Amino acid sequence: MKVGASVLACCCLLIQVLGLALFLRGFFPLPVRSQARKSSISEIPAEPWAGKTSNWTQLPHPLFKKVVIVLIDALRQDFVFGVKGKEHMRYVTQLIEKGSTLSYIAMATAPTVTMPRIKALMTGTIPGFIDIVVNLNSPELLEDNVIWQAKQAGKRIVFYGDDTWIKLFPKHFVESDGTTSFFVSDFTEVDDNVTRHLDDVLKRDDWDVLVLHYLGLDHIGHLTGPHSHLIGPKLYEMDFVLKKIHSALSSKDEDPSFPSLIVVCGDHGMSEAGSHGGSSDEEVQTPLVLISSAFQNKAGTFKEPEIIQQTDLAPTLALGLGLPISRSSLGMLLPAVVEHKTFREQLRFFHLNGYQLCKLLKENLRAYEKDDGVEQFKKAEKLHANWIKLYLEGNTSEVLTNLGRKLIKQYLEALQKLSASLSKQVVEYDIYSMTVGAIITLEMFFLLLICVPSALSSKAEFDLPLASPIFSLFFYMTCLVLAAVHVIVCTSTENMCFFCSISWMMAMAIMVLIAALLCVLLSVLGKIILKHKSSNEKQSSSMSSWSELDLLLLVGTLGHVLSMGASSFIEEEHQTWYFLINTLCLALSQEMCRKYFLVRKRNKMNTSDLEYMEQTDVYINEIYDAHKKELKEERLSILERFIKDNEKWIALASPGIILICCRLLRPLNQTGVQWMHRSDFGHWLTSSEHKPELSFLVGTCLVMIFVLIQGKCSLVSKVALMFGLLGVYCYRATIGHVLYPWQQDTKDITKGITEARFVYIFVLGILITGIKDLLKSHMMCADYKAKSMGLWEVYSGLVLLAALLFRPHNLVVLVFCLLIQIILTMFIWKILKYDAAQITFMHYWFGQAFFFFQGNSNTISTVDISAGFVGLENYVEIPAVLLTAFVTYSGPLLWSMHLLCYLNGEINKTSTAVAHGCFSYAIIRSLPVTVYILLVTGFRYHLFIWSVFSPKLLYEVIHLVISAGICVTFTVVDKNQVAKSEH
Amino acid sequence: MAAAVVIAQALQCYKGIMDETEIRRLSVGHVLCGLAVLFSLCVPPLLLDEFSLLGTHLTWLCICSVCVVTVNVLLRLTLKPNPSTKRSSFAHKVNKLKQSGLYFFVSCLLFHGIIVLYGAPLIESIWETFLFAVLLSSFTTSRCLCILGPNFHAWIRVFSKDGAMSVWDHSLQITTICSIVGAWLGAFPIPLDWDRPWQVWPISCSLGATFGYVVGLLLAPFWIYWNRKRLTYKSR
Repeated sequence: MKVGASVLACCCLLIQVLGLALFLRGFFPLPVRSQARKSSISEIPAEPWAGKTSNWTQLPHPLFKKVVIVLIDALRQDFVFGVKGKEHMRYVTQLIEKGSTLSYIAMATAPTVTMPRIKALMTGTIPGFIDIVVNLNSPELLEDNVIWQAKQAGKRIVFYGDDTWIKLFPKHFVESDGTTSFFVSDFTEVDDNVTRHLDDVLKRDDWDVLVLHYLGLDHIGHLTGPHSHLIGPKLYEMDFVLKKIHSALSSKDEDPSFPSLIVVCGDHGMSEAGSHGGSSDEEVQTPLVLISSAFQNKAGTFKEPEIIQQTDLAPTLALGLGLPISRSSLGMLLPAVVEHKTFREQLRFFHLNGYQLCKLLKENLRAYEKDDGVEQFKKAEKLHANWIKLYLEGNTSEVLTNLGRKLIKQYLEALQKLSASLSKQVVEYDIYSMTVGAIITLEMFFLLLICVPSALSSKAEFDLPLASPIFSLFFYMTCLVLAAVHVIVCTSTENMCFFCSISWMMAMAIMVLIAALLCVLLSVLGKIILKHKSSNEKQSSSMSSWSELDLLLLVGTLGHVLSMGASSFIEEEHQTWYFLINTLCLALSQEMCRKYFLVRKRNKMNTSDLEYMEQTDVYINEIYDAHKKELKEERLSILERFIKDNEKWIALASPGIILICCRLLRPLNQTGVQWMHRSDFGHWLTSSEHKPELSFLVGTCLVMIFVLIQGKCSLVSKVALMFGLLGVYCYRATIGHVLYPWQQDTKDITKGITEARFVYIFVLGILITGIKDLLKSHMMCADYKAKSMGLWEVYSGLVLLAALLFRPHNLVVLVFCLLIQIILTMFIWKILKYDAAQITFMHYWFGQAFFFFQGNSNTISTVDISAGFVGLENYVEIPAVLLTAFVTYSGPLLWSMHLLCYLNGEINKTSTAVAHGCFSYAIIRSLPVTVYILLVTGFRYHLFIWSVFSPKLLYEVIHLVISAGICVTFTVVDKNQVAKSEH
Repeated sequence: MAAAVVIAQALQCYKGIMDETEIRRLSVGHVLCGLAVLFSLCVPPLLLDEFSLLGTHLTWLCICSVCVVTVNVLLRLTLKPNPSTKRSSFAHKVNKLKQSGLYFFVSCLLFHGIIVLYGAPLIESIWETFLFAVLLSSFTTSRCLCILGPNFHAWIRVFSKDGAMSVWDHSLQITTICSIVGAWLGAFPIPLDWDRPWQVWPISCSLGATFGYVVGLLLAPFWIYWNRKRLTYKSR
């Protein structure tokens, strides 16, 4: 079967997306969950007792009357226990030293982002990495959690602070006031909004649980880092708040046996650069201080805080409030909290905790009976029963006390083991699904690789043998073997496996696909080897014809792929790309010099060649600028004449201009990790003092965008573009980012929905005009002008959309992107003739560099979520996700769309340009993804797997999905061409 | 007819001998250049207090550049790689010297510009960047000046495909490319988070360039020797 190169590339990428989806599903394990949703009081186990059932079947009474949870965002361990804490948090330090507190260092797990951490604190689970992605949305928490249990038990909960809580627990609070963490630059008002309620609520007595979530510290960290002078006053403020709460509560504590509890904790720490999300010690270690008069009696010398898991808070809080422990909690009760109770009560608490952990383990592990922790727990339970028997018989001798102590120790060991084996379950990978996904991806990549010689030939066609391999014996054998493997793996595996859980038919279909692909691959390989043998000499000659630029492009691309094996190179990937495009520009300038300065030394035949080239240039110019000439503006023609006269010097200077543009873009957005904290131009512009400068810049940029892009558009879309760009400025002015020239003070800020929708209408209008032109060229045939104009209009529509969604200072990136594209097409590629594959590689490199120029990095935290809210009243999932994806990948997307426009213009000279471009694009995208999933599989137990490698994996996969979409567009345009040539 | 063939063969033979001696001269020159780098590494610690390659990198950059340039100039005076046929006057020579100085300075500025374009900080650590540019110029431009003279067209000829006419041209090509590629590769360890003293700008790059230069110096004679058949054919 003959297949066009673009169709083949498109299919390969689409199947690769399927394989990657399977891989991802296996790679990101689902968190350990209990099948039943919420635990209820009726399921509470009775106290073990040898003989008859115990008389204590109810839950133990709550330990604390009132609980105040003070969650300080980004509170690092040393802000309380370190030098800073001693200096600025005097009151808390005093309490700790007096011994009326329990202090711990709670270890958070990566990703250290607020929402997963709140979940961990309240449910006791370890949220999977996938939770970050859902973090954009923060939907209601459906899992069993302390807040829900408290509400069920009739406790009244009051909440002030970060509105993530309100989204997680809607209608759970009797009173709440959420503050949004949207405006990171504000760090006083967010906290004042919380503290202003405090006096009132502490006076009242109509609540049982009070949750306060302070955001200011986190904002300071993001702005200025952990060593800023702003940290001290903020810690002092927090200390003051705690003093207020503590004195208010202790004055109310009437019953010393039923005191209240204050929990001071951080959700995550703060890295040395002030951000969070990773898994460095500074980000992971958070303080946990429990303050209550119950702990007063065992005052002692201050000792180092014990290290515990963050998940341990949930069961402790639940038992402290007399609630059932959440079903999916992995944590263990903090023994010091119940130390002041009687042995019987303590044992009861530990038994409840162990029972819940055992139940969870039973639901998640098949071989749970053999687990060490379970065995120990069963033993302890038996001993416990005996102890209760002795106790109820009235034995009060020392033997009982000693036995009790021993029993507690045994329980604690069992709990520790249970908790550990459950936590291990969370990070268990589903290797089988990963393997199947990786095999599909690999097969598609090899197919692409094998096809390179024939797909990049002048025919751009590939003879895909489908019939013969499908009917071969080998195919059926492979199918059988794979099916057998599937059955064996699925019946023997201990862990949950996604690929085993999908329907039988689906799994078989995927197996057949794998087998078929394998057979196709082998038969193609066989053919190529046969052909290769017959024409051995030709191959060697083709290798030596490679120019230095080819070598650079190949080495650069391969080098980048290999560099992804090092976590630092992933963190600092932008450096790689900046370095590569710089080298590319220098190579281009060298070629340009060679072209202009060595032309005299060449043979005479070159002159005729040159003449021919000039002729084609003139021809292309005519086509490109046909409508431009119709307008015949005086100024334009002068400009054109100037360009014509000085073409040599402009061409020689153009790589330098591109280099300078790239250098100017570099400090606009600092990305990466190591140099993230350096002040960049973008921050300077977006700060509120520099609004006039930003307004001027935005205005200039919008005008520049119009000037650069309007040349090849039709009149209608030109007008639409103009209005659209005006609308963009209006939108930015309404939401308060920029000022109108006549406006002096900032007026009231709105969401700018009308303005944004106004721009959306023009975007849609331009896109529709473009598509209409494309369709017209398809129907009418041979209407070359309409087609290239249509493509350009689609492109300009996307540019307009990007202009609307980009953060205002990033418009500079957009302008430079357009400028570089124009320089490349007008001066460099027109003079230095490159084939479609080379141009695709260069476009890809620039696209990648622009991905980072616009401020992206390989961590999730740089995704600009605000783009998803432009023109929407409130969060609507699908448009928000699409817009965010568009704005994140707009660099690569715009460059590849420009590639399509350019290659379509080249079609006159080489009819296969688009097909070649599409194929090269597919292979260049599929290479890093394929290598990367293999790397990630190898590194799955690496320390940085969650903080560095997983986000990059997500970025790569989403990029591949977008590339598949781009390839489909290429194919459609190419099909158009094929259809036309057949006519 | 036969006589012509014999003469041609004799010429070929003579050319071969010429090449042998040229290669020997070239090797001596290269060894001396290499020794200059070695000198800059070994001698200053004996004379200066508190000198270390990483600690006082700027001093080393100066010393190394000066050494390499001096050796290049000395070699130019003793070995005379491209002997010009014309006798030139004293004034002409001074003029050439002036021009060479200007070329060297311009090349330093050019390298500085390129390094800044590659992402070196513009204002802070400007001396580091400039001295690194000087080092690169002394590895590349000073050799070009000494072998080819301040003749821009000759430079372009040498650095284009199949443009080399003598063993000196070839050695120039190889050492220049090796030093620049060395500097280029030297930039790669900078983003790694190993926190080593040699990752500080511009130490890894200058070390890479030096390493590339030395490798080029050692490689060039061997490479030319191995490919001498092909090369003599081409230069004719």
